[in-house]
Amino acid sequence: MAFARKEEGHVVNTLQQGCFELKDVSVAYGKETAVSGVAMSIEPHSVTALIGPSGCGKSTLLRCLNRMNDELGDVRVGGTILLDGEDIYSGDVDPVELRSRVGQVFQRPNPFPMSIYDNVAYGPRTLGMRDRGELDALIEDSLRRAALWDEVGGNLKKHAFELSGGQQQRLCIARALATKPEVLLMDEPASALDPISTQLIEDTIAELKSEVTIVIVTHNMQQAARISDRTAFMLRESMDRPAGLVEIGDTRQMFTKPVDKRTEAYITGRFG
Amino acid sequence: MTRARARARTRTARVVETAMRIVTGGAAALIVLSAFGLLAYLLVRGLPSISWLFLTAMPKVGGIFPAIAGTFWLTLGTAVFSLPIGIAAGIYLSEYAPRGTRTRLIRLSIANMAGVPSIVYGLFGLAVFVMLFGFKVSILSGALTLACLTLPVIITTTEEALRQVPQDLRQASLALGATRWRTIYKVVLPAAAPGIVTGSILGLSRASGETAPVLFTAVFFSAPLPTSPMDKVMALPYHIYIMATQPNHPQPGIVWGSALVLVAGVTIINIVAATWRSRARRKVTW
Amino acid sequence: MVEPRRKLTGSGRTGRARAIETVVRSIIASSGWVAIVILTAIAIFLGTNAWPALVSPVAGLWKMLSGTSWYSTAATPEFGFLPYIVSTLRVTGVALAIAVPIGIAAAVFISEFAGRRIKDVTKSIIEFMAAVPSVVYGLMGVYVVGPAVKDLFHLTSALTALSAGVVLAFMALPTIVSISEDAMHAVPNDLRMGSLALGNTRWQTAYKVIVPAAGSGIFASVMLGMGRAIGETMVVLMVAGGTMDLTWSLTASARPLTAVIASEMGEVVQGGLHYSALFVIGLTLFVITFVANLAADLVLERQRKRWRR
Repeated sequence: MAFARKEEGHVVNTLQQGCFELKDVSVAYGKETAVSGVAMSIEPHSVTALIGPSGCGKSTLLRCLNRMNDELGDVRVGGTILLDGEDIYSGDVDPVELRSRVGQVFQRPNPFPMSIYDNVAYGPRTLGMRDRGELDALIEDSLRRAALWDEVGGNLKKHAFELSGGQQQRLCIARALATKPEVLLMDEPASALDPISTQLIEDTIAELKSEVTIVIVTHNMQQAARISDRTAFMLRESMDRPAGLVEIGDTRQMFTKPVDKRTEAYITGRFG
Repeated sequence: MTRARARARTRTARVVETAMRIVTGGAAALIVLSAFGLLAYLLVRGLPSISWLFLTAMPKVGGIFPAIAGTFWLTLGTAVFSLPIGIAAGIYLSEYAPRGTRTRLIRLSIANMAGVPSIVYGLFGLAVFVMLFGFKVSILSGALTLACLTLPVIITTTEEALRQVPQDLRQASLALGATRWRTIYKVVLPAAAPGIVTGSILGLSRASGETAPVLFTAVFFSAPLPTSPMDKVMALPYHIYIMATQPNHPQPGIVWGSALVLVAGVTIINIVAATWRSRARRKVTW
Repeated sequence: MVEPRRKLTGSGRTGRARAIETVVRSIIASSGWVAIVILTAIAIFLGTNAWPALVSPVAGLWKMLSGTSWYSTAATPEFGFLPYIVSTLRVTGVALAIAVPIGIAAAVFISEFAGRRIKDVTKSIIEFMAAVPSVVYGLMGVYVVGPAVKDLFHLTSALTALSAGVVLAFMALPTIVSISEDAMHAVPNDLRMGSLALGNTRWQTAYKVIVPAAGSGIFASVMLGMGRAIGETMVVLMVAGGTMDLTWSLTASARPLTAVIASEMGEVVQGGLHYSALFVIGLTLFVITFVANLAADLVLERQRKRWRR
């Protein structure tokens, strides 16, 4: 599905789509280094979970992947982050453009105070899409992928705030999908929702991963074990040292035979 | 402390409590009653004069139309000059301004501007708009002067309204690949619009009731209906003042009628604006 | 199917969006400075127009501030405006004496005792009071308050410092009540709950905990209310009487600084010494209210930081 814009994007010949490569990544807020020495790769068309106790830097790291950290003020990101081979922090990369390729769903549903239609159409319209027919089709497609079409397809003019919490979150997922991102970042997307909505969202994630790379931050280990292909465990061992990546690997293996002792301790619940 | 003494203390405390409730409640009631008293007095003395003729006729036949027209034009001019700059400044403070001494300085200036006496604004307007810029005594000078007076209100009210918009919405928009400005223009401003509009209307209604700033910048007693921005005008508050202090032709009917028109106008606008705001506000936060 | 992919760099769309963003940002940023510009401009223009009188041998700052006679139309004019300063003080003093206790008491009631409904209604009414134009308050002063005060205290005239002060109190009250109430409301509820849990009544909580905690905000509200009273023109023009005697008597007529400017500016020669002298008065008013406002701002800023609002 092409977007009606003046300058078309180029067809880039890469073998993978939505693949992240992190080398020695660190994040500092002002004088304090929050995260350091993170090296990992995010495989395309898979679900990678970031787990760890609170304060271990997982949300901070997530925000680097779409450069949302830039919006927080005095933040410095060190190391290299490559998206499909391009350094996303290089000088001529526009974070605005990056974010149409790397979408984000937040912890608490945050739909705009507009209709369902306008919510999902926001991203494409920002990219320049004007044609009503194209927009209609794109919106239906996005709502289907987010498993929300059946419930709201009949009345897209409905105000987003009239939806339930779980529906709003799925709306936010649809909204993020409407820009056809290669990667979808999810920061504890179900933590504010009831179990049924959580289940629906986990099902959605399982279906999406064949088209979109998903990176999900979660404090719920069972959830990570259920839905992810690979898991990364992060930890901040003491307040005077930055947080870091302890171990990353295949999920099943991580949860049965973790390599690092600290991973094992966390997974078996010795600390939270 | 013995049981008995403790109980006695509690009893005294209760008595004092009731007494103080009455005292402080009385203070509040005093204020409320005075407000009602004022309104009632205005109605009683002013209502008899109100008629269609009164509102639309010229002074020669006992009407106050030129004063109403003058106030209208002055307020319109004030809006034209104060709203664009004021709202832009409010956006700056809420969305763009970095934390630091320079922003602090701006905020301090705004707060201080709000406290400058209206007559000082009148002097400023006289020195700058009437004399220096050469606009003479005119609607233009008056509107510019009133705009300076109203600016701090517009800025403050805009910033407040923008701050009420939850941060999540901005984050969502940025994460979708929108620029800062697009986020403000498409998401934040529309959400804050009710608050901004209401606050602006309130600020402008206050400006319309001011006399001191227009005394030497815009008004002239028994000025005719204006035909251009460079004309002198009548203004309702000035009209009331002159009529009330003329010893030879006291016309209490006109005075109180005009006062009622002014207060009624301001009050109705305030009520409409406030009701609209609370209704529209429900749609932004859930 | 490989669909057209967006490269991260060199896209035309974001180039245009970036340009718009930069232009808009600079327009908005420059309007941010307008307040500083205007405030400075006020100070400058008041100063330049007051300058002739300030340096004139006939007038001069010290002479004007301490002189007791204002004879602007005499052959050798005098511009001593001390009587007017005293008038301002008298009127403001009366206003504050009435408005401060009543205002703070009302604020305590609204914040600590009143139920939701009464609170909303009272606040709306106070907003209404704040919106009433000053000339209407002046009318009430001339026709209602003045005569009432005259009868009550058996005075010879209805237009006195006392009458004007009473009316000014009504104008300062909304400011004092709403800012004090805000300050009390800002005190965290935990403190209230803690005090009540210890067995204190609401009143005891109010005067032992809330009012001291909100102290700086209350102080600021008084400063701002005072600023309003000092700066008010129409009411004192219409109600205070207008004679220029130097007296501290509250039952005598008064001619505050604002009234002098308002009544004389219409008849002066633009650019003359009298004109300039009136600007000196304006400058004095500006300085006084500037200081009062600055004090209030700094105090309010500290209070805000304290409760991390």
